[in-house]
Amino acid sequence: MTQVGLEQDPHPPYDWPAYRSTALRAPRRPLVILQTTETELTGPAFGDGAVGELDHDLTRQHAGEPLGERIIVTGRMLEPDGRPIRNALIEIWQANAAGRYAHEVDQHPAPLDANFSGAGRCLTDADGGYRFVTIKPGAYPWKNHPNAWRPAHIHLSLFGRAFTSRLVTQMYFPGDPLFPHDPIFNSVRDPDARRRLICELDLETTEPEWALGYRFDVVLGGPAATPLEE
Amino acid sequence: MTTTLGATPSQTVGPFFALGLCAQRCNELVSGGVRVEGRVLDGAGEPVPDAMVEIWQADEHGSYRSDFGWARCGTDAEGRFSFRTVKPGRVDGQAPHLEVLVFARGLLKPVLTRMYFPDEENAADPVLASVKPERRETLVAASDGADLRFDLHLQGDRETVFFAV
Repeated sequence: MTQVGLEQDPHPPYDWPAYRSTALRAPRRPLVILQTTETELTGPAFGDGAVGELDHDLTRQHAGEPLGERIIVTGRMLEPDGRPIRNALIEIWQANAAGRYAHEVDQHPAPLDANFSGAGRCLTDADGGYRFVTIKPGAYPWKNHPNAWRPAHIHLSLFGRAFTSRLVTQMYFPGDPLFPHDPIFNSVRDPDARRRLICELDLETTEPEWALGYRFDVVLGGPAATPLEE
Repeated sequence: MTTTLGATPSQTVGPFFALGLCAQRCNELVSGGVRVEGRVLDGAGEPVPDAMVEIWQADEHGSYRSDFGWARCGTDAEGRFSFRTVKPGRVDGQAPHLEVLVFARGLLKPVLTRMYFPDEENAADPVLASVKPERRETLVAASDGADLRFDLHLQGDRETVFFAV
């Protein structure tokens, strides 16, 4: 990971015409600066009860094995100063190997996989670490512009120490030829920040004869980034 | 100078988030209590059927607890969401409020706002006071019988006040 100045905004703007769905949904008025109070500096915690034993393994949630390339996705959840974020809930969802979501709104003509739901969750450990076993998702078409295809990605939702440091993001795979054509990926204007959305192939994580490993660390900004408690 | 790692950028939840985030209902903090219902609407006044609203609040005594106070609800085809909760106590001189995050397809990052209660002394609240008077009403729920109604306008003439922290 690279060092950046605090003044750079790593996040996309609300208004991003290349992603057409922002047109009627992006707020138009300036945001009001909120002086942080206890409300903004606190957040929920999720105990072990929030997560089932196989929730982190998307390849073992059905009677049979899903089709596709089995992968391990692992990394750490960190504060900007490098401290681990422990016992934090991570939820993921994704398309199957054919690029189809098990969701009624997704009607594109690629096959569903009866052995793959595409949803998982886990809590970070004492080192901020997490680990999912899943299938590499496929690219899929969408209707944003002619011949629009999303690069393969896994959606992640993360809770930090504070509610206002909540993050929902997408993890992409190295070398995807669709990167230059995707308005969602490119809505992150800073090239260094954009690179932080791409996981790294990791042979340390890879299990021989079984699954390729990818590493994806997540850094949560927000007001809890300033030391508060512990 | 301390090391600062670059934050991971936000990306939209997209249209399929219910698969991962709304498989289990979690919009009732209590049984009974007060019901808050509203709609998420776009700049044309149309419902947003693929949004998710999350709330965070203190308990009725004004304490923030790690085991209470968070809830989530995806919107339905009419853009509707609802919660069942308790009115939080006052915290640090602030009027009772819920912190609200809205995620949606078409939002590359969530919007942050607050919901205040109609039957409270809101005038002295420092956050409300920081908002122009003519826009404050977008942050206060309306009484609807025993329930509360709180619509979220992402854009347009009645655009809800959204905050940056």
